[in-house]
Amino acid sequence: MKRFAQLLDLLTLTPARNGKLALLTAYFSATADPDRGYALAALTSNLDLPGVKPAVIRTLILERMDPELFAYSYDFVGDLAETVSLVWPEGGRGAGAPLSLAKVVERLRTASRTDAPAILSAVLDRLDASGRYAVLKLVTGGLRAGVSSRLAKQALAQFGGVDVGEIEEIWHGLEPPYIELFSWLEGTARKPEIRLAAPFRPVMLANPVTGRDLEQLAPSDFLAEWKWDGIRVQLTSARGTTRLYSRTGDDISAAFPDIVGGVEFDGTIDGELLIGRPPDDVRTFADLQQRLNRKTVTAGMQKSHPAFMRCYDLLFEGERDLREETLQRRRERLKLMLERMPPGRFDLSPTLGFSGWDELERLRNEPPQPVIEGVMLKRRDSVYTAGRPKGPWFKWKRDPFVIDAVLMYAQRGHGKRSGYYSDYTFGVWTDDGKLVPVGKAYFGFTDEELREIDRFVRENTVERYGPVRSVRADPSFGLVLEVAFEGLNRSSRHKSGVAMRFPRISRLRWDKPPAEADRLESLQALLA
Amino acid sequence: MRAEELLQPRPAGLYCPPGDFYIDPVRAVDRALVTHGHADHARAGHRSVMATRETLDIMAIRYGDGFAGSRQTALPGQAVRIGGVGVTFFPAGHVLGSAQILVERDGLRIVVSGDYKRRSDPTCSGFELVPCDVFITEATFGLPVFVHPDDGEEIGKLLQSIADFPGRTHLLGAYALGKAQRLIGLLRSCGYHEPIYVHGAFARLCEYYQTQGIELGALPPATTGEKVDFAGKLVLGSPSAFSGPWMRRFADPLICYASGWMRIRQRARQQGVELPMIISDHADWRELTQTIRETGAQKVWVTHGREEALVRWCTLNGISARPLNIVGYDDESE
Repeated sequence: MKRFAQLLDLLTLTPARNGKLALLTAYFSATADPDRGYALAALTSNLDLPGVKPAVIRTLILERMDPELFAYSYDFVGDLAETVSLVWPEGGRGAGAPLSLAKVVERLRTASRTDAPAILSAVLDRLDASGRYAVLKLVTGGLRAGVSSRLAKQALAQFGGVDVGEIEEIWHGLEPPYIELFSWLEGTARKPEIRLAAPFRPVMLANPVTGRDLEQLAPSDFLAEWKWDGIRVQLTSARGTTRLYSRTGDDISAAFPDIVGGVEFDGTIDGELLIGRPPDDVRTFADLQQRLNRKTVTAGMQKSHPAFMRCYDLLFEGERDLREETLQRRRERLKLMLERMPPGRFDLSPTLGFSGWDELERLRNEPPQPVIEGVMLKRRDSVYTAGRPKGPWFKWKRDPFVIDAVLMYAQRGHGKRSGYYSDYTFGVWTDDGKLVPVGKAYFGFTDEELREIDRFVRENTVERYGPVRSVRADPSFGLVLEVAFEGLNRSSRHKSGVAMRFPRISRLRWDKPPAEADRLESLQALLA
Repeated sequence: MRAEELLQPRPAGLYCPPGDFYIDPVRAVDRALVTHGHADHARAGHRSVMATRETLDIMAIRYGDGFAGSRQTALPGQAVRIGGVGVTFFPAGHVLGSAQILVERDGLRIVVSGDYKRRSDPTCSGFELVPCDVFITEATFGLPVFVHPDDGEEIGKLLQSIADFPGRTHLLGAYALGKAQRLIGLLRSCGYHEPIYVHGAFARLCEYYQTQGIELGALPPATTGEKVDFAGKLVLGSPSAFSGPWMRRFADPLICYASGWMRIRQRARQQGVELPMIISDHADWRELTQTIRETGAQKVWVTHGREEALVRWCTLNGISARPLNIVGYDDESE
């Protein structure tokens, strides 16, 4: 337990992704089964302790301390697990005696609602504050350590020297404490066989078109499709089990019964998840966001935000693996399969007719719908290869939107950028001549430009609020930033009413007077 | 005599009408008694100041020799009379020169704790328990969540990290007066004898501690024009300097911060601290409540910090208590 508690503390305080990866790999190497497997389950939200509810924790602590003192403490700390871990009486029964993570998990897992309080309090009595925090986080779910399940899988891949796709492929057939997974990664056993019906298959990704990529390629070798602004999904069905996976292999079936329910087919389809009614009613990513990251979905939500899948590839047809076949052939099979599927929820991603790259470039920059973010190019003869192979598939995004905005606030950076003001909030002019913030960006500039902006911020600070400074920004004096972004959403959370997607600084316009920066109405026009 | 007649809160600070003096006033007054040298307790501009010799020295270092019209040295444990009121300074164990002040008249004894801690500190005299009728206690860490672990364990974490990451510069943030010197002292007593680089703002106070016979070892400046390779080194500075251009000279800095606040994980995280060290110059919850009990006071007045919780504890334990709302003390600086 001590090691896991320590890992959790370190992960919480280590900001850098590589630092977290190093901590996780070191932990997997140094920790024995089944402890490391339970830790992995906790980090990937696959640990279910149904008998213990947060209310139990509250009841237990109030049996041990004055409610008013607890309330003051909770108020100050702001997190139930952390508060209780700090105020739990020290030196209880068996304090200090070693207790493994596996023991804790196994006890809590089998606890019923009635004996859960006694079991939990006995565990807490034996641990120190850090251990108690870890246990309480396990119980309440959500470790708040800044580790996604993707990052945990990446650490596993690093630990075993395998590709992360290989782990994603078998992930849903495995269960805590993942003994066979670790044995395989350590080279003492073969790769676990997946017994799960409807497993996830690692997806094939495209590279962006850069420089003169297209010059050497023949347009006739490629199929072109719109690049839809949804999320990449994989729908797979076998022997009556249907699952919907995200591109990293997370099972999101429960949130999309309108996709998963009542489809009858055997195979694995690759496509884009979108909101609306095909073929013509396709709504924006903001609408899709309403449905993401939910455990369940209401009937009302399914009605107001109906989901559908725009399909572009077929990986399996029944038991038959099509991944070694050409794209052309796979699409033919896909088309036939879709004819038997409900048209309101599934359609085929249409291909675009074009004779040369120039023509495709025009299509790319003037898409018929705002939810299209460019075009995809796929070699007609490409086989389906997991990962991001160079050559067969390209994404060619629409040029970004660009506006000129005025720097309003700057915030200090972290890590390599500590000591520099590196996060910038910028604004545009409203009708009554005021600046309203429209976004925040912290990259897109060179190190040299960072130093220049930092100097400007320090020399033109108007006010300070902790790590943030407001800078001088009026029509005659200020710094104009050219900001590139991918799209605009309506937002009720921002004063300006708009939220940018993926904003970054594309140029510093030292030459431009702030009065000539863009106005809010030109942004609002983009929303229409 | 009622306690409220002997000491009472006024806008300028805690005031004693029969003696006509203030204790740790937050604005300039005629006569001030000062418990210790931290800026929010010791301000410049009073007509006369009474404090321990060390506190007077520290005020002179910070504000210049003209920090007060006149000054009077308080000798620890020796009572003096001011306008019919007995006044005695006792060590508070907070920082070098820090004192509690006992105020007595007609057999009524009130102790103003100032800031204090109970555990041993190689850089200042230890807290002395003074029995009294009314105890005026600080409450910086007046919540049950605040329990400071053993200092040695916390220093051990830092030493381990220095050994684990030899390529990184460990930047240790601490308050300039007291905490900085105590950390250096603790590091030395744990066997760390490498040079400890100090930010310029710390240099004078560290030198002063050394003239008082407190060994701190080699403390080269971290603010110099010369190019120094700081990889693997330990640098001590004020957290406010960590956000300035000074930071840029360090490759891959690892931010450490020594403070009682570091007990709260998310607080450390929000401040970008990678290595929190729970080391404080204030009493933790257990020490606050233990001290209240040991003074035998029937009445407790609680100042600066989390007053409500400590007042509640007193009530639960049958001790009459109330918050003393004096504005102007900065409970964040530690």
